Amino acid sequence: MKKEGEVRISSGCAISGIFCRDGRRITGEAIKKSIAVMHNRSNGLGGGFAAYGIYPQYKDYFALHIFYESQAAREETERFLDKRFDIINLSKIPVRQTPKISDAPLIWRYFITPLPHLLQDSQLDEDEYTSRATIRINDSIGGAYVVSCGKDMGVFKAVGYPEDVADFYRIEEYEGYSWTAHGRYPTNTPGWWAGSHPFSLLDLTVVHNGEISSYDANRRAVEMYGYSCNLLTDTEVITYILDYLTRKQGLSLKECSEVIAAPFWTTISIKDEEERKRLSYLRKMFSSFLITGPFSILVGFRGGMMALNDRLKLRSLVAAEKGNTVYFSSEEAAIRVIEEEPDRIWAPRGGEAMIVTLDKEAEL
Amino acid sequence: MKEFDIRKDGHEEIMVTDCLGERYIGCGMKDGVMHIKGTPGNALASYLDGGTVYVDGNAQDAAADTMNAGLLAIKGSAGDALAYGMRGGRVYVLGDAGYRAGVHMKAYEDKKSILVIGGRAGSFLGEYLAGGIIIVLGLGCEGKSITGYFCGNGMYAGTIYLRTDKVPLNLSDKLIRRNVSDEEKDRILRPIIADYASVFSISAEDCLKGSFIAIEADRSKSYSQLYAAV
Repeated sequence: MKKEGEVRISSGCAISGIFCRDGRRITGEAIKKSIAVMHNRSNGLGGGFAAYGIYPQYKDYFALHIFYESQAAREETERFLDKRFDIINLSKIPVRQTPKISDAPLIWRYFITPLPHLLQDSQLDEDEYTSRATIRINDSIGGAYVVSCGKDMGVFKAVGYPEDVADFYRIEEYEGYSWTAHGRYPTNTPGWWAGSHPFSLLDLTVVHNGEISSYDANRRAVEMYGYSCNLLTDTEVITYILDYLTRKQGLSLKECSEVIAAPFWTTISIKDEEERKRLSYLRKMFSSFLITGPFSILVGFRGGMMALNDRLKLRSLVAAEKGNTVYFSSEEAAIRVIEEEPDRIWAPRGGEAMIVTLDKEAEL
Repeated sequence: MKEFDIRKDGHEEIMVTDCLGERYIGCGMKDGVMHIKGTPGNALASYLDGGTVYVDGNAQDAAADTMNAGLLAIKGSAGDALAYGMRGGRVYVLGDAGYRAGVHMKAYEDKKSILVIGGRAGSFLGEYLAGGIIIVLGLGCEGKSITGYFCGNGMYAGTIYLRTDKVPLNLSDKLIRRNVSDEEKDRILRPIIADYASVFSISAEDCLKGSFIAIEADRSKSYSQLYAAV
């Protein structure tokens, strides 16, 4: 066997996203096909998908996808949930056995809603109530990891190549208007189930190609606001930063992009006065949330998707449009495989957020 | 299907069709002609050492990486890090180039790297440029900025020619910008552009129309002497 240094594995994570602006729901087959083209960018230590619009029959309930390392963890978590939520439905997430995916945890799905009197007593809105509960499960129940907890959406992830993860979770059986995918090549941290992408909190999900050199500064900042970084990877912190900035500070996603991928001061200095003031304010006010290091990310949220590069564009990102469908990917080939002739194909600039949302007529 | 080794069997002209992200196509090729249809993957024509690679569509990242000789002609656009550390030969792109095109290109004796971009280029064009010529034509981008930020940052030799009269945004004070005279245009740019235009069957005169500016290291600033005597 060749040892480290004798073999070069030419890898780097892969991301891909499909968004139907008209709210049309498509199966997971297209996103699987897209991410599979970039097989060589990952190394089999993580793959995953986020899908939106997949649970219309339960769209008013929080959908929890949870990994358990033991039955004890499941029992403890269910007791925890039962005290705080109405559990409308619970089941194992159906999977397809494949030799390419092994060591699976117990994978369960719950549709829940906060118990009304407890919600009222807590003086919180239901999003905050639910997010606090899931952070607490991840933080304090050993062997239990909430993988996603938004409404009408879910995260499906595992250790393996993304196309095998797709087969494992039978994602061709789900229909969503928005899909993101990730193929992982972990660099600094182990490849493990809960550490695969996407990361999520409520309906916000993040897939990420890159490496955050400001991780610890960002982690310290976000942990001051009640978040807890448990998943041993830098991408988790992006999710919490975006949740904090949008849900608690009320920033728009474009403003978030100007915080986490803030333009250089030299770039700000050549803008007109109003823009200079605005960008300087965001940089100064939220300086701890500036993310340095290379990244390209896709952020899924209810009714939309954002694609963003670091300001130096140190990771690749390609965007394309065909009719009502928008595509983002690490490589053009991963778009061409599912849409041979896009109306438009382009590379967004570093730090320039591409945000797409559902058309007004589209019903959720 | 017949299998053969394209390096050993001496085919002069090869057509590669239905490309979809396959990496290293034409890597280290020394002679012959290769036509590529579809979307070739990263590191296309890297270490190219002679011969010609024609791409019908777009190229992805890191095309012509450390290329040494020959011609890479891309009819569409190129991704990021085009012609990184290129040491010789010609790279012609009819469309746009992404970020970091021509970073640390070099020239040595009879080896002279030439990179021509027909559309616009992204930020960090010609960063740390050590030699050779980069030309950005901005065809169809008239009146707009044809480069991004940090054009030519840290360059210490070579020349970047831009078909525009606009100075690139936040150009470093270690660089000088000068207007290109008609004499220089005829002597340096015309032969390169004539070749470029013939490869893509477009009009050389259209590519030469209007004024050019040149960006070079300021030799009076100390760091131009840091790496190489110029």
